[in-house]
Amino acid sequence: MTHIKVNVDGTTYEDDVEPRLLLAHYLRDRLGLTGTPIGCDTSNCGACTVDLDGETVKSCSVLAVQADGGTVTTVQGLAKDGEWTALQHAFHERHGLQCGYCTPGMIMAARDLLSENPHPTSDEVRQALEGNLCRCTGYQNIVRAVLAASGQQVPEEATA
Amino acid sequence: MTDQAVEHEVGRSRLRKEDARLITGQTNWTDNIQVAGLLHLAILRSPMAHARITRIDVSPALERPGVVAAFSGADLAEGLGSLPCAWPVTEDIVLPDHPPVAVDEVRYAGDPVAVVVARDRYAAADALEAIEVDYDPLPPVLDLEAALAEGAPLVHADKGTNRCYTWPLATGGSFESVRQRAEVTVKRRYHQQRLIPNAMEPRAVVVTPLAASGEYTVYSATQIPHILRIMLAVVTGIPEQKLRVVAPDVGGGFGSKLQVYGEEALALAVARKLGRPVKWTESRSEGYLATHHGRGMIQDIEVAATREGKLLGLKVDLLADMGAYLMLVTPGIPLLGAFMYPAIYKMDAYEFNCTGVFTTRTPTDAYRGAGRPEATFAIERIMDELAAELGLDPVEVRRRNWIRHEEFPYTSIAGLTYDSGNYEAATEKALALFGYDDLRAEQRERTERGAPVRLGIGVSTYTEMCGLAPSRVLRDLRYAAGGWEAASIRMLPTGKVEVVTGTSPHGQGHETCWSQIAADVLGVPFDDVEVLHGDTQAAPQGMDTYGSRSLSVGGEAVHRAATKVVEKARKVAAHLLEASEQDLEFTNGVFSVKGSPEAHKSIQEIAFEAFTSHDLPDGVEPSINAETLVDPENFSYPHGTHLCAVEVDTETGRTRIRSYVCVDDVGRVVNPMIVEGQVHGGIAQGIAQALYEEAVYDAEGNLVSGTMADYLVPSAADLPDFVTGRTETPAASNSMGVKGVGEAGTIASTPAVVNAVVDALRPLGVHDVRMPCTPERVWRAVKEASA
Repeated sequence: MTHIKVNVDGTTYEDDVEPRLLLAHYLRDRLGLTGTPIGCDTSNCGACTVDLDGETVKSCSVLAVQADGGTVTTVQGLAKDGEWTALQHAFHERHGLQCGYCTPGMIMAARDLLSENPHPTSDEVRQALEGNLCRCTGYQNIVRAVLAASGQQVPEEATA
Repeated sequence: MTDQAVEHEVGRSRLRKEDARLITGQTNWTDNIQVAGLLHLAILRSPMAHARITRIDVSPALERPGVVAAFSGADLAEGLGSLPCAWPVTEDIVLPDHPPVAVDEVRYAGDPVAVVVARDRYAAADALEAIEVDYDPLPPVLDLEAALAEGAPLVHADKGTNRCYTWPLATGGSFESVRQRAEVTVKRRYHQQRLIPNAMEPRAVVVTPLAASGEYTVYSATQIPHILRIMLAVVTGIPEQKLRVVAPDVGGGFGSKLQVYGEEALALAVARKLGRPVKWTESRSEGYLATHHGRGMIQDIEVAATREGKLLGLKVDLLADMGAYLMLVTPGIPLLGAFMYPAIYKMDAYEFNCTGVFTTRTPTDAYRGAGRPEATFAIERIMDELAAELGLDPVEVRRRNWIRHEEFPYTSIAGLTYDSGNYEAATEKALALFGYDDLRAEQRERTERGAPVRLGIGVSTYTEMCGLAPSRVLRDLRYAAGGWEAASIRMLPTGKVEVVTGTSPHGQGHETCWSQIAADVLGVPFDDVEVLHGDTQAAPQGMDTYGSRSLSVGGEAVHRAATKVVEKARKVAAHLLEASEQDLEFTNGVFSVKGSPEAHKSIQEIAFEAFTSHDLPDGVEPSINAETLVDPENFSYPHGTHLCAVEVDTETGRTRIRSYVCVDDVGRVVNPMIVEGQVHGGIAQGIAQALYEEAVYDAEGNLVSGTMADYLVPSAADLPDFVTGRTETPAASNSMGVKGVGEAGTIASTPAVVNAVVDALRPLGVHDVRMPCTPERVWRAVKEASA
């Protein structure tokens, strides 16, 4: 067992963990922070994406011990005093989710994109989200949501 | 007068009630559930496609830290029956035994052989390694045609054959006779590759026992809590009334969670044996083996036509890969396509024949569209081949054969009565949005100058049958259950409304849409309506969600239950307002007396009067709640026209979708935003079959594409924007005029994309590219055609 100290969404936790424990399982099973889901075992789907010390990581591919001394932000830590972020609003308003399983990872990955590129093009959004899979939406409304969150004009619906 | 919602809810793009919990991470996925003393189940699976188990010893696993129990198939056989198949499609169908854990023989790579129960998921996974199993290999059965040959190795030796069933359908005149008089015949073989559904939430199940009373709560990532409850009672012998099944938030299904899985029965059996709560969650790679696959067919299709391109007849011979066992509706999937091959076209003769074949692969079952994408692909592909043969535009050949809008209702050659549709209108609109003529001109220009990157245009004018389904039709198809749906409405004393539905959403937005329907009928605010679902204790009756049935059957039930509430309330209102029922108007949730608008009662006030029961008319029960079950009289038949333009690099085989336009007719629309989302997602999955996905097996029967790193689920970078349009021809088969939309995009898009790829290469002599149309396959097709 290894002793770790991690700040997650503003709270500091200290735990003894097996060195092999994945950060995703630490968050979910030990801390009960189940807002970060796990969708695969090959780091393809991105559902478990979180922010670790300012870097976006797939928490299924990071060991809990690697987060020792670090700061983790999950989707559960985004809203402040119940006020959603612009991305959360945009996913809601642009119907950027259906089953919602990929949504925490999508929002975390999109947050990373917008911090580096505040006004991305549609293609840049698609490239940036390549590591996050969604099976429901066909991605179009996710792209619209990210563009809308960046303050850009986005057509309401393509429906004619 | 009470302030009531006056704006109509149905037809509005209401933002979803579901979203708040999903975008803040407060979702209740099954794997999130933690209870005191929870044990974790892990499953040892066969590494071989086909083998006899000669020895198995689970006891070494018990020595591992944290392990509580370990069981072989034999240990679990008592009290755990065969997994059910609810659709024995013919009288003489071969129905093999399907134990949740194999006892003496494994029949696909991934077949469970033993289970371990431990204190955490890591300990359980570790202990699997300690289990000792000796296998005596048997030959795999992988080729559908070879499997039917005399002397072929057998998947189920005791059955004496790999043929599961043969199901014929012949309608109209004989195909042979129309073939004789046809001026043109075109015959093709198409391969429907196996697909892995890939709902983003892996499957999971948690069982919590109440040992003293013998009651169990089963939480499962399922589309079908109600059916699962019945089937788990049958499989385990636990009385149905002692089982509560809950589908918490469920992260997509696409048919893959329309199933009664061995793991669900196993978790229940183990929880019963140990008297402890048990959880099982699949890893994605485990799911690739253990969650059913879709498609997996060989289609021989032949059309007979006149020189003018008028269809005379159609003949289809299918071989359908059942996989190793029959799961819930495995044998019925091809039959859902059987009626759809004639599609929107008129003809004189239709013959269909399907043979189900056992193989040593993961069982197949419903995957988005289930039988109908396969049928639509084959007919829409061969319509293009017919057009090419005759030198006609593919749209024109369709136009010459489709049912005209004034001919509805129309009974198709396969015997379905299409209630409504307007193929002309949808096609005209789609062609205009697409800029068809301009793209054709560009295509010609590229062809003429021999451009290395060609342009192809693909069309798909589909219809489909959904809204499963009229119970009597299901009886005729030998399906074991009915197709009704239940809804009830509870008018609470505080003025709020609970809608209880038997549908079980997993991304479709029923909480939002059912609220819109109820709010409109009852005249109450959208936000005052709460929709309860997915829990057999809260919503005791239901047939669940699949086959694009939820709105046209379940939404219709909500509509009718709400209408019943209004009628019950009317009696009370008449009494309170001292008027006759005929003299009452009901507008925006308020009863008033015609001619004296000052006398009024809102439906919420009536609900409170019913609650107190202080002043009800004689003989009226103290409730205006209502429930109803709806059994539809017909299927729902959405239709539409999808157009795809693909650029194909003839030197590298790379394809790029340049534009995608669809016009769908799904009848009246409850929530346009949600409908558009369903269409987007459906198209994406259809494109995925056309270009990207395939479950690949090697010669030994191992799943080679066995992880998400090896199976290409398309990302945002792999898909284009879609232009979606609608026409609106109300369905005649339900009071709201609605049709299903969940599968339409998937059904329509695959042939549109492949037709476009082939269309780009046809001037080079290419007439087909097998799916998925990977760069390698496209490149080879070009090379072979030019050789």
